[in-house]
Amino acid sequence: MNNTNIILVLVVLTNLKLLGSSRLGASIRVVAMQGVVLGLLPVLAHTNELSLRYAVLAAGTIALKGIVFPWFLFRAVREAEVTREVEPYVGYVTSLLAGVMILAVSFWMCERLPMPETLASSWLAPVAFFSIFAGLFLIVSRKRAVNQVLGFLVLENGVYTFGVGLAPHTSLLVEAGVLLDVFVAVFVMGITIFHINREFDHIETNRLSTLKD
Amino acid sequence: MILVLVFLPLLAGLAAFALRSPAVRRGLLIGTALVHAALTAICWKTTPGAALGGWLALDAAGLLFLSITSGLFLVASFYAAGYLGQQANKHTTDVEEGMLFDNAPEAVFIGCLLLFLATMTLVTVSQHFGLLWVAVEATTLASAPLIYFHRHHRSLEATWKYLLVCSVGIALALLACFFLGVAATPPNGEGFPLVLTELVAKAQQLQTPWLKAACLLFFVGYGTKMGLAPLHTWLPDAHSEAPSVVSALLSGAVLNCAFLGLVRVQQVCVAAGLGAFGRDVWVLLGLVSLVVGAVFIIGQTDYKRLLAYSSVENMGIIALGVGLGSAGAFGAMLHAVNHAIAKAMLFLLSGNILAHYQTKNIAQVRGLLSAAPVTGVLWVAGFLAITGTPPFGLFLSKFTILKAAIDGGRTWIGIMFLVSLGVIFIGMTTAFFGMAQGVPDKVASGPANRDRWWQIAPPAVLGLLVLWLGLAVPGPLNNVLRQIAATLGDAP
Repeated sequence: MNNTNIILVLVVLTNLKLLGSSRLGASIRVVAMQGVVLGLLPVLAHTNELSLRYAVLAAGTIALKGIVFPWFLFRAVREAEVTREVEPYVGYVTSLLAGVMILAVSFWMCERLPMPETLASSWLAPVAFFSIFAGLFLIVSRKRAVNQVLGFLVLENGVYTFGVGLAPHTSLLVEAGVLLDVFVAVFVMGITIFHINREFDHIETNRLSTLKD
Repeated sequence: MILVLVFLPLLAGLAAFALRSPAVRRGLLIGTALVHAALTAICWKTTPGAALGGWLALDAAGLLFLSITSGLFLVASFYAAGYLGQQANKHTTDVEEGMLFDNAPEAVFIGCLLLFLATMTLVTVSQHFGLLWVAVEATTLASAPLIYFHRHHRSLEATWKYLLVCSVGIALALLACFFLGVAATPPNGEGFPLVLTELVAKAQQLQTPWLKAACLLFFVGYGTKMGLAPLHTWLPDAHSEAPSVVSALLSGAVLNCAFLGLVRVQQVCVAAGLGAFGRDVWVLLGLVSLVVGAVFIIGQTDYKRLLAYSSVENMGIIALGVGLGSAGAFGAMLHAVNHAIAKAMLFLLSGNILAHYQTKNIAQVRGLLSAAPVTGVLWVAGFLAITGTPPFGLFLSKFTILKAAIDGGRTWIGIMFLVSLGVIFIGMTTAFFGMAQGVPDKVASGPANRDRWWQIAPPAVLGLLVLWLGLAVPGPLNNVLRQIAATLGDAP
């Protein structure tokens, strides 16, 4: 098993841990870990053409996803004097089972797609899809606004995983732009969560239900 | 030149965060808008050179949407300056629930407005799909604080939905960009960059299954932002809770920017011989949006939500037009221009009505024509324009699209189109004429409620523009529309 596959296995495990996790703090730490692990992916996936570009990209990703985001999200959560439960719509065991199902479907789906030869590992695409679907699942199945941000980050990590596999074709400018956008997105979302705390004394999105037809 | 267009509002926006004097800030807003519009006007005379190795360039479609964005922003900046002068430094009472709330600091509002202009400009000049994605996501982030200008729980809810729904949608568009990257890597060959001109030139080498998958994901991603049903859920909330001037920009400029992203995808699809596949998706989403718009317009009680659903409907018409081939695409582009102008006008007027009547409920607004005559007359004119009554521009563009449907032998689509328009016309007539006629109540006829120049001039200018476009489509505009339509129809 090469380095890339070890990272991909870690990504799968962090996703499953996230689906079964009941504590908000633990969830933030797991997503941070996933970010750090994924930050190493471009360096390890393209060892034969190691360059400054990948090093910069890896450093930026790790700094943002491993340090800045968790710090910022912990700050946003700390302001809310509420229980630190995740409060899911879908129970933890059911979520885990759904996660395993999603994983199986992702592998089944990618068996049937014509994969380009440039992909660093045959597991890359299925794991990427697994992260994307798991992220979407987390967004719809959790009440807490912070959890929805975490779901968005997992989704973005999935897209990033797929992108890294194709790194020769994307350029540093675009990657930096994407990273910047995600950074600002989490920043703006974090501020919004802070305001939701202050306005409602809670961060449960199911109570954001005044506007409808 | 292109770099100036992007960096001018960017730097002005950053400066606005730092400036202390409100008067200087508002001057900066209007000044930047004026210079930006003037530069855009020069682009019609001389095509600016490409920048960043062809990643930034202004083609016909880019020029059209840049002009819409820049023009609307100029008009809206005057309204915004007046509006901010009225809203400055005071607690405001909420019109629906009567609670007190604060507004966001004005520096943040103006700064974000200018950053918003910078990001929208970047969308229109991006030729590279990755850069286009970065720009579209950036428009979401720059506009989210604008929706949360009134700091109370409903606008917060709207902002959260907008941020989350659009960010998730657009994240899927990023996946689509990577799919496009896979499609652009022929087996055993060197991949080529995701620049529009390159992709169109080498379209025959693209791998079809990946291109199709990318196309569908782009529709989900940018379709969310464009407000195509059933992905429109954020749109009525954001449009109804944002300040009216922001609603005008969201509806007139942002939806069109997302539409431009999809136009780029369709241009690649057409070049790769997948035009018919793309057009089927356009028609499907267009019809669904039309029907959803019609259903929610009938019996709508909130006039800003009514306008928002009308935007869903009009985006549906535009999508339908593109789906009907070259002739329909011409109508769709014309409709995009007309709709942007008419809808921005109506949203600005809805801000006036909200200021006069202190309510967003259609049933509680009566006698607009006698309480605020100028706003009232413009409101009725705007209604006639948006429903496509001659001689306004929307009549011409809707008719072009209908003709494209009938000429193309797609009678059923034409009939569905007409029926939806009829239902929407009835729904909007009851709402608009109920508001215009009757006897106003005490709040609305008070002396403090006279229309001010900044409330009247911007929508009046937009009204005249959409009337002009209905009487004659100017030659240069016609040329640009033809050039775009030619890239969206299959070559003979």
